[in-house]
Amino acid sequence: MENFPLVLIISSIVKILIIVHLLLIGVMIMIWAERRVSGWMQDRLGPNRVGPQGLLQPVADGLKFLFKEDLIPDHVDKPLYVMAPAMLLVPALVAVAVVPFGSAITVFGHEIPLQIADINIGILYILAITSLGVYGVVLGAWASNNKYSLLGGLRSSAQMISYELTLGLGIIGILMLTSSLSLRTIAVEQGAYPWQWNFLIHFPAFLAFTTAMFAETNRLPFDLAEAEQELVAGYHTEYSSMKFAMFFMAEYMNMIVGSAVTVTLFLGGWHFFGLENMGGPVWSGLISFGIFFVKTAIFLFVFIWVRWTLPRFRYDQLMNFGWKFLLPVALTSIVVTGILWITTNSRLIVGIGNVVSAFIVVSIVASLLVMKTPKPAIQDSDNRLTPSALDAIE
Amino acid sequence: MNAEQILFILFGAVSLIGAIAVISFRHPIYSALSLIVTFFAQAGLFVLLGAHFVAAVQVIVYAGAIMVLFLFVIMLLNLGTLSVKGAIGTKLKGFAIILGILLAAEGIYIAMNALNDTAVASAEPAAITTTTYDIGELLFSKYLLPFEVTSLILLAALIGVIVLVKRDSQEENQNR
Repeated sequence: MENFPLVLIISSIVKILIIVHLLLIGVMIMIWAERRVSGWMQDRLGPNRVGPQGLLQPVADGLKFLFKEDLIPDHVDKPLYVMAPAMLLVPALVAVAVVPFGSAITVFGHEIPLQIADINIGILYILAITSLGVYGVVLGAWASNNKYSLLGGLRSSAQMISYELTLGLGIIGILMLTSSLSLRTIAVEQGAYPWQWNFLIHFPAFLAFTTAMFAETNRLPFDLAEAEQELVAGYHTEYSSMKFAMFFMAEYMNMIVGSAVTVTLFLGGWHFFGLENMGGPVWSGLISFGIFFVKTAIFLFVFIWVRWTLPRFRYDQLMNFGWKFLLPVALTSIVVTGILWITTNSRLIVGIGNVVSAFIVVSIVASLLVMKTPKPAIQDSDNRLTPSALDAIE
Repeated sequence: MNAEQILFILFGAVSLIGAIAVISFRHPIYSALSLIVTFFAQAGLFVLLGAHFVAAVQVIVYAGAIMVLFLFVIMLLNLGTLSVKGAIGTKLKGFAIILGILLAAEGIYIAMNALNDTAVASAEPAAITTTTYDIGELLFSKYLLPFEVTSLILLAALIGVIVLVKRDSQEENQNR
C-alpha cells in the first residue's frame, strides 16, 4: 500500500479526463439526437448532410460558434455578462463528480471504483451544486440589461426555487430505506432485478422527481425562461458566439447529469438482471459501465421525446402544478414511506401505500381546486365568436 | 506545511477577501455575489474540519436559496450604486463606531489567546469525519429540545407568512 496515494491520484485524473470528455461528447451527440429525433417525430429529415447521418453536424456548429464574432453589447454589465455563461456551465460539469458510473474495475491489481469521488453526502452535494446553476441564468439575464432577458431570468429563478423543493423531498423516501446519502450505496442497495429498483417502491416520488428535474433543466414543458413567442430567447437574448454556445451546452449537460442521477437513484444504477457480474474483474466493470450508459441514454431519449410532445405550460399553471400537486405528493410519499416502513418493514407494502396515498392526495387537491375556482362570470354572448357569428362575419 | 494547511490558508483568504468585497463594492449585486464567494470558502473550511454535512447545507441553504432571494429582491427593486453618504445615517454612525471597536477588541483578544494557547493551534480537526448519522443521532437525543423548538419557530414563521398573504388577498377581493 506504499504507492497507494499515487495510484489514487493517477486513477482519479484518468477518470476525470474520461468522464469530462464523455460529457462533452455526450452534449454533442445529444444536440444531434435532439434535431434528428425532432425531425423524425415531425416527419422530416433533420440535419443529415455533414458526415454519416449528419453525425458531424454538432462539430460544424461548434466550429461556426468559435469563429463567429464575440459580440459584447454596449449596454451590458460587462464583468457579470462575461461570467454568467461560465457560472451556468461549471456547476453542470462538477456535479457529475459523485455519480457512480459502474461497479469497479481492477487494473494492475488495484480495484478502482468507477466514480470520481464517493463522498458520504453524495446526494446533498448534487443538490447543492445544481442549486447554483440558477445564478448563471439570473446574472446573465440581469447583466444583459434587456427587458426580455430580465423577465426570462426572473421566471427561471422562481421556477427553479419552486421545483428544487420537490427535487429534494422526492429523494427522502429513498434515503429512509437506504439509510445512506452516498450515491454508490444507494445504487448498490438496489438489487439486480427491475422489481427491486427504487422507482417501483417510490413510484409517486419518482414521477415528482423526474418532473421537477425537467423543470430544473428548463426543458420544454417548463421552458418559460426562454419562451420564444414571448421573450425572444429569454435570458440569453443578448448572447452570441461561444458565450451562447456555453448556455446551450450547459442545458444539455444538466440533462445528462440529471439523467445519470435519476438512473442511479431510481433505476437501479448499473444493475441489470445480474449481467453486471459477468466476466472477470475487468469485464464486469466495463459491462456495468455500459449498462449505466445505455440506461442514461434511454432516459435522455425520454427528455427529447417529452420536449417534442408536450406544449408549454402557462406560468400560473406551472406554479400551481409545482406547489399544489408535486409538493404534496412528495411530502405524502415521505410520511407514508416512513410509517409503512417502520410498521411493516416490507418494500411491497411501502410501494403500494405510496401509490395509493399519492392517488388520494392528488384527488383531494384536484377536488379542492375545482371547488375553489369561481365559476367564470357569464360573458356577453354577443362578444363570443360562435359558429353562427363566424357565418355572419363571412 | 501539509496540504490541509495550504487549503486552510486558501479558503481563509478567499473568505476574508470575499467578506471585505461585500462591504467595499458599491453595487449591491456585486456585494451579494461576494457574499456567495464567502459562503463557499466557509463551506470549504467546514469540509477541512470533517463536517461534510454542514458544508453541503451551507451551500444549499445560503448560497443556493437565501442568496438567490437576495439577488431577486435587488434585481426587482433595481437598486443602483449606493453612495456612502446616503447609506449611513448620522444616527447610526456612533453606534457603528462602538460596534467596530468591540469587534476589533474581540478579534485581538481571540488572536492573543490563540497565540498563547498551543492546544488550539495543534488541534487535529480533520481526524474525525462527522457523518449525517452522527448528526441525526445527536439531534434526536442530546439536542432534542432545541431541535423541536427550532421546528416550532419555523412552523410559526410558515403560518405567519400564510396569514399575511391571505389577508392581502382578502382585502383585494373586498376592494374589487
